[in-house]
Amino acid sequence: MIATHGLTYRYHSKKGVLSNEIVFPDLAVERGESFLLLGNSGSGKTTLLHLLGGLLRPLSGKIEIEKIDIASLSETELDRMRGRQIGFVFQRNHLISALTVKNNLLMAPFLAGEKQHEERVDLVLDELGLGEKKNAMIFELSQGQAQRVAIARAIINKPSLILADEPTSALDDKNCDQVIELLNKVAMENNAALIVATHDHRLKSRLKNQITL
Amino acid sequence: MSIQLLIWNYFKAKKLNTGLNILLLSLGIAMITLVILFNNQLEEKMTNNSKGIDLVVGAKGSPLQLILCSVFHVDFPTGNIKLKEADRLAKHRLVKYAIPLALGDSYQGFRVLGTNRAYSSLYQAELASGDWWEKDLEVTLGSAVAQLTKLKLGDRFESAHGLTIDGHAHDENKYVVKGILKQSGTVIDNLILTTISSVWKVHAETSSDSTMQQLPTSPSLLVSSVEASDSVREITSLLIKYKNPIAAIQLPRFINTQTSMQAASPAFEMARLFTLLGVGADALMGFAYVLIFISGLSIFIALYNSLKERRYDMAIMRSMGASRGLLFKTIILEGSILTFIGASVGILLGHVVLGFFVFVMEEGQKMGLSAGVFYLEEGVILAGSVVLGIICSLLPAIQAYRVNIHNVLAGN
Repeated sequence: MIATHGLTYRYHSKKGVLSNEIVFPDLAVERGESFLLLGNSGSGKTTLLHLLGGLLRPLSGKIEIEKIDIASLSETELDRMRGRQIGFVFQRNHLISALTVKNNLLMAPFLAGEKQHEERVDLVLDELGLGEKKNAMIFELSQGQAQRVAIARAIINKPSLILADEPTSALDDKNCDQVIELLNKVAMENNAALIVATHDHRLKSRLKNQITL
Repeated sequence: MSIQLLIWNYFKAKKLNTGLNILLLSLGIAMITLVILFNNQLEEKMTNNSKGIDLVVGAKGSPLQLILCSVFHVDFPTGNIKLKEADRLAKHRLVKYAIPLALGDSYQGFRVLGTNRAYSSLYQAELASGDWWEKDLEVTLGSAVAQLTKLKLGDRFESAHGLTIDGHAHDENKYVVKGILKQSGTVIDNLILTTISSVWKVHAETSSDSTMQQLPTSPSLLVSSVEASDSVREITSLLIKYKNPIAAIQLPRFINTQTSMQAASPAFEMARLFTLLGVGADALMGFAYVLIFISGLSIFIALYNSLKERRYDMAIMRSMGASRGLLFKTIILEGSILTFIGASVGILLGHVVLGFFVFVMEEGQKMGLSAGVFYLEEGVILAGSVVLGIICSLLPAIQAYRVNIHNVLAGN
């Protein structure tokens, strides 16, 4: 589903001095598979995840999503591909605080240019045990609940790839278990590839494919 | 979801800030709207009221006073002129028509005007009920007079000297209401029309009354009930329409130099008055622009600040497939919707304030101001406000366009 070949990236420091090149190992993840990117902070996990999601352009190398080289896509095409094919989950849940839970979820199909089905929202929220929080504001949610809403938002468009950046590191053990289980489950159910980048060692035993950066 | 709903929710999330911005802008806009409404309506009234009057001839004194008194009926007469002299002028070859006016009395603040039917046809006045004044002491009321004094057909009343309510009452001779006019939107709405000889009669000593009973053998052109040779009678002023453009050059000079009367042009005197009034209007407009500038600045700062808070929202939106253009559009729309609402509220506020003024103060009603009229300038204000909103949101929108998703999401 997603595969990389000889991916490299170079940061621009603030003064315009170029830093060292990071070389990423090749990886390939199929639909229904899950993959763990382990590494300490600063090791480039987030960068790799952003490269995979088309938020950054690589210095060299190739990223193929469903056999399409994303380097060949225009900015607009990339935006559309990201909206339809990829679901992001971030460490801090980054929900839009001015909106209710329901409208946060509806942002995903709206921005991806797809039809907005409220039944789909109900279905996903019920599945994640958030049924009664549909009309709640974001500040009324606990951290665990907010992270589950973020997961709901990531899967509402039935993406083929879920990219999760430190989805559990801000959570306690109980919520951590719940969230990774949910991620695995929803990825499985949607037949999506799941890539989790984390330094959280609690996840090591939860995903069998892993590399350390 | 839609952009509009998103923007609405952002407004709702910052109620106080949004409210303040709208308030600031609407105050400035309301002020401008008020000035526009006042200026336009005043100018309209003035043009309507002086339509068909090229020149006013009266006793020597202030020309502006003569105009205000004889055309707009807001000031006192400069004095009287001899009917005989006025008659001679009315026959002048450069005069198309001349309408005599005799002033002096009022009833409850409304002026009693002695004139002839040419005056009412000048304003194309129409009867609402009753009949035109014909005999002495018969009057036809303007619509505002009938409304505010509650006088009805057949009612009798006595006028008081001057323009004040508590002037000396001429209680020997009572006027009788013969007719009531339809509303015309001109000064005639505020007048009580009667014959010139009625005004004389009310002011005359009882002894001189008998001379008026016999019909004159060669009647005066302006007042047919007196002899053309009468050298005693006086009127207040004469409204003149020129026969041709040459009259505009020759007639005023002729009157001002060859006679004991003065001639004043309504157009010229009004232009003079407006330059004086204009200073006040300009000052008010200036203050309004300062308010609008501040509100523009405030909207810019609000958008700029909220952009800092919303960098994450924007990056997230990008990660969900939003294009740069969509973010740009959202911010621009946010700014222009805000100013559009502010301007709409302001324009409405301007009209409400004027409506309140007209409703509460009798002067407003007498001036014939109306809060229900909209002018093209208000559309221009609305469009201008949207442009202001776009200008204020341009820089924040450009920043939204250029937001670096990776840096924001990675927390750098």
